[in-house]
Amino acid sequence: MLTEFDKEVLNAIQEDLPLTPRPFAVLAERLHTSEETLLERLRALSGAGYLRRFGAFFQSEALGYQGTLIALKVAPESLPDAARAVNRYPGVTHNYERTGRYNLWFTLQAPDDATRRKILDEIAALPGVEALMDLRARKKYKVRVRFHLR
Amino acid sequence: MIDETDRQIIRLLQGEIPLIPCPYAALAEKAGLSEAEFLDRLRRLKERGCLRRIGAVLQHRRAGFMANALCVWEVPAARVDAVGEAVSKEPTVSHCYDRETAPGWPYNFYAMLHAATRDECESIAARLSAENNLAAPRMFYSVREWKKASMKYYPGESQ
Repeated sequence: MLTEFDKEVLNAIQEDLPLTPRPFAVLAERLHTSEETLLERLRALSGAGYLRRFGAFFQSEALGYQGTLIALKVAPESLPDAARAVNRYPGVTHNYERTGRYNLWFTLQAPDDATRRKILDEIAALPGVEALMDLRARKKYKVRVRFHLR
Repeated sequence: MIDETDRQIIRLLQGEIPLIPCPYAALAEKAGLSEAEFLDRLRRLKERGCLRRIGAVLQHRRAGFMANALCVWEVPAARVDAVGEAVSKEPTVSHCYDRETAPGWPYNFYAMLHAATRDECESIAARLSAENNLAAPRMFYSVREWKKASMKYYPGESQ
């Protein structure tokens, strides 16, 4: 069970970690605690599986990658194999089975058009894949994964 | 623009930030840089828009966000920027995009919603639709996560 302090910690670390030599000391001050106490709680919460990742997040377009969202319609009996085949591409970062006619949705980051097309041709040819939509982004308005705990 | 040192820093930061008092010093040492130089490079990557942020992403189901809906609307081109800005302000929306359509698929506006229950997702989606004068969206809930990973940029280059 999360304490009020745990929730404060989890909300705070979803903000930008300061780019200063002692970033956790800065966060600890905001939370009216010590750097040591904060780090101790963070390690415990991390150990308990609350953190998916604590790291840097980059703007893929600025690094020269193109992102797209792909919707697949897959025959139900072929879905697990298709999902595992899609997972094997390193540029696939999110892959979710969803309710609806298009039942497998994944994001793909590719360094160029030719690579994207080649990967999508391979995926379209997987057993059980009945339809594929390549839903390329025209404009990104928001990417900010933050879960506010109350 | 992005030099080999930046690429090396990006590769190092694709892992976990250590939960220790001076995490940047530890990463700088791996990169063969001083802490000051490493931080300076990070600030410049941030200024140039390459680095979005350093911080945590929670395991959302563990944190109680059990209903995760991909919502799609048809939004006319003339209004899409205004709607995009408005919907982005909603804290429960993590991703929001204008995308290409496809044959038989007229939806161009996408938002990913996260809440404790599907009912809560439905009411947020209804409110967003009403506020922006849109028809109800089609909503597709996650039923299974097959993969969720951070992108590994510049793989296989000198690490």
